[in-house]
Amino acid sequence: MNCKPDMIGETGLHFFGKMSATNCHDIKNALAIINENIGLLQDFILMSEKGMAIDQERLKTLAEKVVKQVWRADGFVKNMSRFAHSIDEPVVNVDLNEILELVKMLSSRFVSMRGVTLRPEPSTNPVMVTTNPFLLENLVWLCLDFAMEVAGSGKAVGLISEETKNGARIRFTHIEGLKDTPADLFPTEQANALLKALKGELTSDPGAGELALTLPGDIGS
Amino acid sequence: MRLLLVDDEGELVSTIAERLSFRGIDADWVTSGEEALKKAETESYDLAVLDVKMPRISGIRLKGMLEEKYPDMKFIFMTGHGSEDDFRTGSTNAFYLVKPINIEALVSKINEALKK
Repeated sequence: MNCKPDMIGETGLHFFGKMSATNCHDIKNALAIINENIGLLQDFILMSEKGMAIDQERLKTLAEKVVKQVWRADGFVKNMSRFAHSIDEPVVNVDLNEILELVKMLSSRFVSMRGVTLRPEPSTNPVMVTTNPFLLENLVWLCLDFAMEVAGSGKAVGLISEETKNGARIRFTHIEGLKDTPADLFPTEQANALLKALKGELTSDPGAGELALTLPGDIGS
Repeated sequence: MRLLLVDDEGELVSTIAERLSFRGIDADWVTSGEEALKKAETESYDLAVLDVKMPRISGIRLKGMLEEKYPDMKFIFMTGHGSEDDFRTGSTNAFYLVKPINIEALVSKINEALKK
């Protein structure tokens, strides 16, 4: 049996597990709020059975809160579904704006836990490349994770997608702490393996606080 | 008996606080570790119910900070993970509940913790 670790496979599994776990956590929180609001409704019914009047406005508010949390949970499930389906086809035509938005939504709890603000600047037109969507999502996450780690006192990371002559580019900007970060910290071994698989290139401009991920227009060409 | 509920989901802790009030338990609520530390300076609490995963100050770290200042305070953790892993990382002798919680189970844990 060959037990040689598969770097991309392992990194992908880790990424998939991490995103699944954080979204489960968010869904659990939405369910917990629904549970408490329904519980409060049950408390009101019990009190009403004992002769206390129920405030109709409170009931209306409770119903609105439950509906809000149902839609919130639905949003997490939709993102997870889109994410899970990104494994369906190894190579497809994707819009980088949509990839960035999905990774941003999937990782929203990690962003909030770090107290970082993401500043996406999506282009008005789609930025299309033909690539492996799951590997790209994984690499975008690794770049974003690193950018947040070294965000510095600005606590912000900008996200820009743009077309280039031969493909497209994702820029991670406003990384204030990049200039004080050792150059060999990123890309990691995992990120390098993904870069190679995606035929991408990562450049860093510490002075400008910017990382740029350049991708070919078609991974197969 | 006076309780402090801490969870970054404000809608969750505010509703739990209201439901506890119907059961004769007086509870304040806040949505961050920083607010909890501030609140504990002006109010005296017998017990704190803490979410494990919160931005900046985690529930486990907050327990340590509160315990240092208020050694008699008791703690119950709430976790959304459905496992005891995070809980075990920080403490082996505190009480914990997995979200979504059952309010009667919470009341029972509160009574149990306060008798400890």
